[in-house]
Order: sequence, then structure tokens, then C-alpha cells
Amino acid sequence: MSKKSFRQAVNEALRQEMERDPTVVLMGEDVGGGMGAPGEDDAWGGPLGVTKGLMSQFGRERVLDTPITESAFIGAAAGAALRGLRPVAELMFVDFMGVCFDQIFNQAAKFRYMFGGTAKTPLVIRTMYGAGFRAASQHSQCLYPIFTHVPGLKVVIPSSPYEAKGLLIQAIRDDDPVIFFEHKVMYDDEEDVPDDPYTIPFGEARFVREGEDVTIVAIGRMVQMASKAADALAKEGISCTVLDPRTTSPLDLQSILESVQETGRLVIVDEANPRCNIATDISAQVVEQAFESLKAPIRMVCPPHTPVPFSPALEDAFIPSPEKIAAVVRSVMASPTRQAAA
Amino acid sequence: MTEKLHLDHAHLRDLLTAMLRIRRFEEKCFELYQSEKIRGYLHLYDGEEAVSVGVIRTLRPDDAIVATYREHGQALARGIGMNVLMAELYGKQEGCCRGRGGSMHIFDRTKRFYGGNAIVGGGLPLAVGVALGDKMQGRTSITACFFGEGAVDEGSFHESMNLASLWRLPVLFVCENNLYSMGMALERAEAEPDITRKAAGYRVTAEAVDGMDVVAVEVAAQRAVSAVRETSRPYLLECRTYRFRAHSMFDAQLYRTKQEIETWRKRDPIDRLRSWLEQSGLMHAEEINKIEAEIAAEIDAAVAFAEAGTWEPVEELERFVTMDRVPQ
Repeated sequence: MSKKSFRQAVNEALRQEMERDPTVVLMGEDVGGGMGAPGEDDAWGGPLGVTKGLMSQFGRERVLDTPITESAFIGAAAGAALRGLRPVAELMFVDFMGVCFDQIFNQAAKFRYMFGGTAKTPLVIRTMYGAGFRAASQHSQCLYPIFTHVPGLKVVIPSSPYEAKGLLIQAIRDDDPVIFFEHKVMYDDEEDVPDDPYTIPFGEARFVREGEDVTIVAIGRMVQMASKAADALAKEGISCTVLDPRTTSPLDLQSILESVQETGRLVIVDEANPRCNIATDISAQVVEQAFESLKAPIRMVCPPHTPVPFSPALEDAFIPSPEKIAAVVRSVMASPTRQAAA
Repeated sequence: MTEKLHLDHAHLRDLLTAMLRIRRFEEKCFELYQSEKIRGYLHLYDGEEAVSVGVIRTLRPDDAIVATYREHGQALARGIGMNVLMAELYGKQEGCCRGRGGSMHIFDRTKRFYGGNAIVGGGLPLAVGVALGDKMQGRTSITACFFGEGAVDEGSFHESMNLASLWRLPVLFVCENNLYSMGMALERAEAEPDITRKAAGYRVTAEAVDGMDVVAVEVAAQRAVSAVRETSRPYLLECRTYRFRAHSMFDAQLYRTKQEIETWRKRDPIDRLRSWLEQSGLMHAEEINKIEAEIAAEIDAAVAFAEAGTWEPVEELERFVTMDRVPQ
């Protein structure tokens, strides 16, 4: 056990799985360090810095630098998965899914079902998401709701370095296409991460903290924001449960329902745009299945329905903050208590 | 690398039989569609049989195939059984994909048949990946990727040609150029209508062949397959062909004249081979009639198999979205 950054945790998961299983291969733009002269090999470990050192250990045969050709290499990863490899493709920014979406949602996501259970596609697509990096509208989106919408895909959104390592190892061993989301402002976050490989199962939410008054479900980076809000609220005597679903597909609805049954109040924090996002999805399912338990209306803390702005002032206002979350929780606590039917 | 085919009697008989099986099978599919036994979308291959038959004969059993939504011909030529194919078209669970795929999504991993594909150009990146998977695992097999000339308009064609060439992957790109992408004529869709010329931009060897002549296709495919296998580099084989029927069952064909279709029908690959065989005395009508009778019986049996098939239980609606059991 030692302190590792989110970037190191992902790197370690990749390295350990490549050591364990020779069918695990990497591909992506500059993942090996670019296609420069031999002396420049492995110079920077890709634009995310995540794959550094892997090419020198595993060679160009297993760490494939690709041209900027997302349709071809994401499709090639899916095709190679059909033939027995376990490719981990790095798609630099989730925003770039737009140019290769066919290969993800018409191809990889459909094979098992459409071919009557006779095909499997053990493919991981790692991608960077999220606002807060001053990266402007085409490099800052979340977009995980879109993938969550497509049956056949698994969607993983780790909220810390520990979570990232365990969930990525699980993703690589999984036999379905997995989209693995890494928040671009979290790469330098550090925490204790075991040195040995370990897995975290999909579809099992994590109780980050347990409280009695309000359940806060938060996605990805928003788990940190929700935890900070919960710290502040605790000083005011408001006790919050913070729940991290870890994966939005499959979704551990059961844990959310059980928590809501205990607290009677639900706030959902989602960095994705507010229409048809994870917050609306969870909200709808809770209303449908646990309406009687609710003492107050469900509230969602999301950005506005706009592209992510470049302007630092506007971008900071766009992102849900601990202060906004705390304010919403206070308003939920202040709303007249509905007589819970249960 | 041999270019000479052994055009003995058995070989020619096989070629004719393979093409006739596809033609008659699809004529029955057309009937079954009219009688609403087969529903949804159905894209017939009538006129293009020489392409799949000529190319697939030159492949080894361990070679892989990626096809399109007009893939009944490839499936039959590859040896997917007519029974499970017909059952799949019916949507019955005895079909090769449990009736989950239908006409456009024939798949059989045991035959290395990696799918029909209902997205134009969707199969090309997958074929690159299948070839990559084989090469990285030390196999010597190659991948044949079929696509129409309409797919050449898609970015995935260009990206896949480039990546396959850059990574030296053994992919045989087979363009089935039937001159119309849905209703759009080739010269209206392509700034450069000579498809083989596009390969030069990717340093891929390309060749065009008369896709209405099964022997010519086989000769060219043999040359192409040998080159792909020996060099581990991609190759583009353009088969110039024509579909006699509509793009799909919902196409009134207002974009071309009846005369044009009739002109092409005179080059029907099956008629051509049959009349050549008869005129040269290699086969007689009696033998051909016997082949026809065998095929008719096989089709009758396939229809009976599909008719007797069963629907997948509705309890299985949500099965196979993802894996049943997750490894830890």
C-alpha cells in the first residue's frame, strides 16, 4: 500500500493486467509516446501521461500507437476482441466519440445480443471526460449518459485512485465492451492504493459515508464535491449518506433505494448536462419504486443545459460545487416534510 | 503463387452448384417475403453470386470473413448450413443467431464468419481488427472483407485501408461494385469512379475483375489471397458486378431503366457458366437438371426446417445483453 495518483493507479492496473494476460493489448493516439524516432519512444506516455513506461516494458507489439483515426482503431479494437484479444483502447477525449460512435453502439455493443449469445467482445475504451480544465466546449463534456443509454455497454466512472485501479482491472477481465471514464482534473489526486492487483465488481455502489437525513448520490468527480458538502453540512447538524454508484451501467439501484428508504430524502449530483442524464434516470427510477419513502421532493444538482464554456468565470459557474450541493441539501431539509406513506 | 486453376469437371460443377444454390435460395426468400414468412429488410444478391463464390473458394477454413447486409451469398458459400440460415431469416431460435439477427446479421464464429453488417462501411474497421487479432496471436490466417462500392464513400473505408496498410495487416478488401449505392449511380457518388485508383493513396495493391465471370473472380482472388498471405499486406479486389433486383424489398428502381437491367442480365454469371459448360460439352443438361433438383430438395428441407422451428421464449428477451456471469 502506498500513495498513488489516479494516473499511477490506472498505469499500474494496465501494467499488472498486461503482465498477467498476454492477450491484453493497448492502442490509441500516442499511447506509446508517439511515432517519433526510436530515441523518442515512450517519451510522454500519451496525452494523458497514463501509459508511460508500458511500451518499454511490453514493446511496440502490444502498445500500438495509432494515427488520429478513431473509427478505424476503435473498430479494430472491437474486431480484435472478437478474435480473442483483450484490447484496451484509449480515446483521448470522450468528445471524440462523435467520429467513431458507429463502432461502439452499432457494432461492439450489439454483437452478443444480435448474434444470439455466440459472440463476445472483451473491449475496454478508456476516455477522458469532464469540465474544469479550461478545455472549452469540445474537450470538456461528460457524455456518459449517452453510453448508459445503449444496452450492451458497461459504463464505469471511478471517483478516486483506489476505485480506478480496481474497476479498471475488473473492466479488462470483463467479457463485454466497457467504457471507462477518467476525469481530466483528477489525474493528480492521490490516495492509498494497494500494490497488488484487486478488482471492484460492477453494479455495487460504494457508501462513501453514511448518514440519517439525506442520501446524496454523486457520479465520478462529483463524489468529492458531495463529500465536501457533507462535511460542511455535518457541522450544521445535517447528516448525509454519500453514495457512489461506481458504474452507471449496470446501476446498483437497490443500494440507492435502500438508502432512500432510510433517509427519505434524495439529492443527485451529476456533472453531465441535465436533460436525460444519470440524475434524471435515477430520479425517475426512485420515484417509480420508492415514492412512498420520500419525505421531500428529489433534487438534482447539475450544470445548466449549455455547452461547457471556455471563460474561466463561466466554467466555474457551470460545474456543480460543494456550496451548491450544500445549498440544495439545506433546501431539501427545509421543505415541509411530506408524510411518508410507508 | 499460381494463377492456373484446375478447371476440371468437378471444380466447374462446384462453381455452378455454389452459384445456383445462392440464386435458388434467394428466389425462395423472395417468395417467402411476399407471403410474409420473412419480414423486415431483405437485400437480395441476384446477379452478384460469382463474387462470393469466386472469392470464398480461395480461402482456407481458418481465414475470416466480414460481410454486409447483402450476405446470404457469402454465408452459403462459406458453408453456413441452409437450414440454420433459413431459420435465421424466419427469426426462429433454431437459426444461426437464435433468430436474433435476421437477414442482415448472419454470424457464425465456428465458420470464422464475423457477421453481416447493416451499417454501410461498418464492417471495414472490424475486419482490420480481426486481422490484427490473428496476426498478434501468431496465426497465418487472412481476413476477407466484403463491402459495396457505396461503402467507399464512407470515411471508414479510407481509415481502414490506411490502418491495414500502415500496420501491414492481411486483409483482402473485396469491393462488390454493383454500380448503385441504393439508388445512386457510381459516377454520381464518386469524384473518382475508378475504385482501384483509391488504393494508391494507401499503397495498397488493387485490381479490378469482371465480377460476372466466376472463373475470372476465382483467378483474381487466388492471386490476391496469395499476395495477402505471403506479404501480410492488404489488397483491394474490385469485382465489377450488377444486382438484377432492387436494393431492398422497398425499392421501385426508378433510378435505372429496364433496358439497362436486361443488358446486364445477358451477362448473368450463372447463365454464362452454364452455357459455356454445355457448349463445350463439359456438362449436359441432364446433369445440370440433377443439380437443380438437389438444390430444390435442399431448399424445401430448409423451409420445412424453418417452418418447424420455434420462437425464442419471451422470457429470454433480456438475455445476452451482457455476459451472464461476471468473472472476478
